[in-house]
Amino acid sequence: MMEHIAQSSPALIPVLYLMASILIPIAGYFRVYWAYLVALLFSAAAFSLSIIGLLEVLNSGAISYHLGGWMPPLGIELVLDPLSGFILAIISGSTLLVMFYAEDSINHEISYNAMPFYSLSMLLLGGLAGMTLTGDLFNLYVFLEIVALAGYALLAIGNKRAPFSAFRYLTLGTAGAAFYLLGVSFIFISTGTLNMADIAAVLPYVENQTPVIVGLVLIILGIFVKMGIFPLHQWLPDAYTHASSTATALIAPIGTKVAAYVLIRALTIYEFPPIIDLLSWVAVASIVAGSILAISQKNIKRMLAYSSVANIGYITLGITLANPLAFIGALLHILNHAMMKAALFLSAGGIQNKMGTLDIRKMRGFPTVMPITAFAFIIAVFSMVGIPPTGGFFSKLYLVLGAIEAQEWFFVFAIVLSTLLGIVYLFRFINIAFFRFYEKSDDKVINQSDVLKLPFKGEQEELDSKKFELNKRNEMSPTMLIPVLIIAVGIILVGVFNGYIVDNVLNFAVPDFTQFNK
Amino acid sequence: MLELIEGHYAYFFLMLLFTIGLYAMMMKRNLVKKIMGMSMIQSATIMVWIVSAYKEGATIPVLDPNIPLDNPDLYLNPLPHTLMLTAIVVAVVTLGVSLTLAVAVYRNFNTLDEQELLDRTKEK
Repeated sequence: MMEHIAQSSPALIPVLYLMASILIPIAGYFRVYWAYLVALLFSAAAFSLSIIGLLEVLNSGAISYHLGGWMPPLGIELVLDPLSGFILAIISGSTLLVMFYAEDSINHEISYNAMPFYSLSMLLLGGLAGMTLTGDLFNLYVFLEIVALAGYALLAIGNKRAPFSAFRYLTLGTAGAAFYLLGVSFIFISTGTLNMADIAAVLPYVENQTPVIVGLVLIILGIFVKMGIFPLHQWLPDAYTHASSTATALIAPIGTKVAAYVLIRALTIYEFPPIIDLLSWVAVASIVAGSILAISQKNIKRMLAYSSVANIGYITLGITLANPLAFIGALLHILNHAMMKAALFLSAGGIQNKMGTLDIRKMRGFPTVMPITAFAFIIAVFSMVGIPPTGGFFSKLYLVLGAIEAQEWFFVFAIVLSTLLGIVYLFRFINIAFFRFYEKSDDKVINQSDVLKLPFKGEQEELDSKKFELNKRNEMSPTMLIPVLIIAVGIILVGVFNGYIVDNVLNFAVPDFTQFNK
Repeated sequence: MLELIEGHYAYFFLMLLFTIGLYAMMMKRNLVKKIMGMSMIQSATIMVWIVSAYKEGATIPVLDPNIPLDNPDLYLNPLPHTLMLTAIVVAVVTLGVSLTLAVAVYRNFNTLDEQELLDRTKEK
């Protein structure tokens, strides 16, 4: 029985999410709380299934599920191998935690739209799981559009500006999807098949390779829009900032990572070194530009969105350096980045609830009223900067080692430089939040120069006496706090046990194209 | 040269349509015009698939006793057409969502001019 479930888990996981998205409106018709329960239940079921599937794959090799019983080159194939199993476990795990957190936050921010929110988020997850699992290029396009459409709607639920930023995302995202579909048509014309494994097998016999390269470039261009990498990132900060904090916490950790995973899949179809070299330069540009743009932001969500641009650059760089060490670094960074972004966005949502603002300059001394949130936040910040023993240190270590092995000294320099820039923008926030005294936020405009000004001697004594006044605790509610704390502990555990993860999971997930420049 | 144009004029036309759509999507200030450009891009992509499946003198892939079975050139490949049915559905849904968002934007800001909207939504 267990064996059977594990063998059909590739089909069950997307179906579970899609079923939930249909059941939620029915349950929500009676009571909104039931909609929440259905969402939570189905995400828990999908998470446990993905863990069962991953263990089964690690024990007995990749699972290939044939939809409708049609054999692969003609029918649609769902593939669960160590790579997709790993990504799927990250997706479903982070969803479960965000769903647990969702209820309180949604009731606070967007209570009038709670039921559609749950339904759309399950639809989004069904699409993401499908994108991860499918082995068919056109099927991937369909799932990509499901994710995109659910994402536009999710990001449009938010403050007054949200529909406009979602609209800008929509036009860019649709153009990206059209580029992807055009690229697939070039590859289909050349090879006559849509199955990824079959295309890889047929390609060596294709006489004229130019259309295939054009198709690959178009596909990568389409994926770039979805990844939000540097020159095409404009939709990302606006969309993340104006959406509700739960939607951001749901989409930010996994949405762009799944696009990066699709990039891996696209590169395994056809190895064309010039493209891979070019991609690594785009990745470096993204790392540096994202870090620099993050420095000048005043809104904490916008700052985190720009740091997402930088981090997707790390992942792309790890993929395109094309050696096993850097690739393991990229995969580990997908896990780490999903965890730290989830922790940061979730606690930012809590801060927004309790402090009533997202402005970094108005967050002085929030740790005195929200100590536990601040603890989780600072662990995630440490991981983002790369301080051992948090997970972020080890993924950056693998990336640097990979860049050294490829003898790309400029990339080593870029990674270290952007780590320093990361310290600049994150510790600017730490400085304001942790080393200033608590003030109730109001609409008073505070200049940056006032915030950073040190008090005079006389003022200092007055402030010192203020310090002993106990501020009333105003922590997030337990259902919001528990997921954040679980992630914070997870960040440290991944750092400590990174060797175990690399030996037992990631080593099996390294694809062939990373071997070619050995 | 003439041969190239004669054999591929449909593709040149579709690339032109794609570029016009992309231009409208990026440069036009009115959101509804952007939506039109977006639709043009999608239609161009769909038609590239349809044109690529065209074969001179071939028929629909239904078994006809008058047509010999040993020559596959006499039958069309039906796969691109069926795939594009799905793509058309996706295009229609995208159009619906984009128009909904445009309505929401208009209700919130009373304008559809992008530059105006950018000025108004700028962070303080």
